[in-house]
Amino acid sequence: MDDRPVIVVGAGPAGTRAAQRLVRAGLRPIVLDENDRQGGQIYRRQPPGFTRPAARLYGTEAGKATALHRDFEAILPDIDYRPGTTAWGVSGDVLLASRGSAVSELSFSAVIIASGATDRIMPCPGWTIPGVFSLGGAQIALKAQACAIGARPVFMGTGPLLYLVAWQYLKAGVPPVAVLDTSSYADRLRGLRQMAARPRVLANGLRYLADLRRAGVMLRTAIRPERIEDDGGTVGGIAWRTARGTLQRAACDAVGVGYGLRSESQLADLLKCDFAFDSVSAQWAPVIDGFGRTSNRQVYLAGDGAVLRGADGAEAAGTLAACALLLDRDHPVATAEIAALQQRVAVMDRFRQGLGRAFPWPAHLAGALLDETIVCRCENITAGEIRHAAQALDAPDINRAKALVRPGMGRCQGRMCGLAAAEILAHARGVPAEQVGRIRTAAPVKPLPLDSRIVP
Amino acid sequence: MQVQFRRVAETGRRTIALVIDGRAVEACEGDTLLVAMMTNTTRLRQNEFDHRPRAGFCLMGACQDCWVWTEDGEQLRACSTTAQDGMRIRTQEAAWTTGQ
Repeated sequence: MDDRPVIVVGAGPAGTRAAQRLVRAGLRPIVLDENDRQGGQIYRRQPPGFTRPAARLYGTEAGKATALHRDFEAILPDIDYRPGTTAWGVSGDVLLASRGSAVSELSFSAVIIASGATDRIMPCPGWTIPGVFSLGGAQIALKAQACAIGARPVFMGTGPLLYLVAWQYLKAGVPPVAVLDTSSYADRLRGLRQMAARPRVLANGLRYLADLRRAGVMLRTAIRPERIEDDGGTVGGIAWRTARGTLQRAACDAVGVGYGLRSESQLADLLKCDFAFDSVSAQWAPVIDGFGRTSNRQVYLAGDGAVLRGADGAEAAGTLAACALLLDRDHPVATAEIAALQQRVAVMDRFRQGLGRAFPWPAHLAGALLDETIVCRCENITAGEIRHAAQALDAPDINRAKALVRPGMGRCQGRMCGLAAAEILAHARGVPAEQVGRIRTAAPVKPLPLDSRIVP
Repeated sequence: MQVQFRRVAETGRRTIALVIDGRAVEACEGDTLLVAMMTNTTRLRQNEFDHRPRAGFCLMGACQDCWVWTEDGEQLRACSTTAQDGMRIRTQEAAWTTGQ
């Protein structure tokens, strides 16, 4: 019997439910949480001393958020919880994690990775100006810090988060100037049948739209971003083209951008899990079975870090991954429990496919980006430089392009620019995006302080 | 002084004092360093390559575009550091010294 611990990475919906299920079976997992407080991004908690009630923070999901927080508090005595701790590297079956400058070498018998997701980004001219934030960032500012990213924000991109964040700003007394969506009504109709798998979620979305429209917020679909305007180092406005090509603009002092989500799959990559291209989300994802098992028998994945099914899907997938780990150790798990979880995940998956159709990743925008547009914001690599790698330097894949002209070479390791950079490369070479591959992960996945040292 | 962020609630918290680039400012207890700064100014740092201003992007520890310096030369990721009373922050890297 392997007596090394099980490590759960992440304490959002998937990580919490995974840890809870392991505890129920008598295990005592280590839970690594990059945040200082449990909840993940979606159910991120406000700091101590803040007073807004759950209903104001989480809206329709307040009950789920509160339950997740409460259930985590209940298992605290039975887990080794390490908040503020980032897992950043792998050495054999040892996970390397940092809290400040203290590095821990954590050997594990198995690891359940529930690393969540970040916004998926399509660059546009001006997106590096101060005052432009990701949609998720705009939401965190409001939810966890009671701040708006500006007094007159515009939200641009596509996906359900676009409308949710805009609506949350409206409710917080900061009505957005405009909500600009690259997807069209026709796209929305194409996704409707599968999105009907979750009627309540669909109804919420329609309510957000109706409220925004009633409040007089400018709602535009099928747009093409033109540029975010620089007003002496801050955002002064935004310009876009309509489906017919007409140029329009609006004055604003902040912009939130995001085009759906991307899985945070770097640890799975370091753990040598197989990846495959997922056509629904148009991105590479670790290959998992119906439980969250990977090609590495010590590694299980759950939640948005593996498949973008949202918070409810993540809760089910977290429990499911824990069940798989237990089954693999000959712990009894009821067939009915697994069947119910898999059925839940199947519903979320159907909805996920609907979202993919309704709010498609606007890959076509990458090929049309002006040469001088910054794509990699860490290293200031432009679309033109990536095209130079694709053509003159004959780079057939994104890692070769990275080696030659450095997109994704900076501190964020391509988390922000990687998907768009791959699209630009693919377009320049006239091949599908999946043919240019994905940026390989290198440890440390996040910067470490210079005085980092291993502590026993 | 232009500011980027607007507080919409939770304004009853205890005030803390910080210094940004030599200027004394006030923030609230429980603010992240990013919020403490962006409610007082419009930028956090400069990009190393074109030296243009940046103010972070993702607010969730992923983009690494909000690293700031303390006057002692320590680097902090502003979005995931809690602002502390008395912090002295710089938006530009201090010259490296030999510590002499």
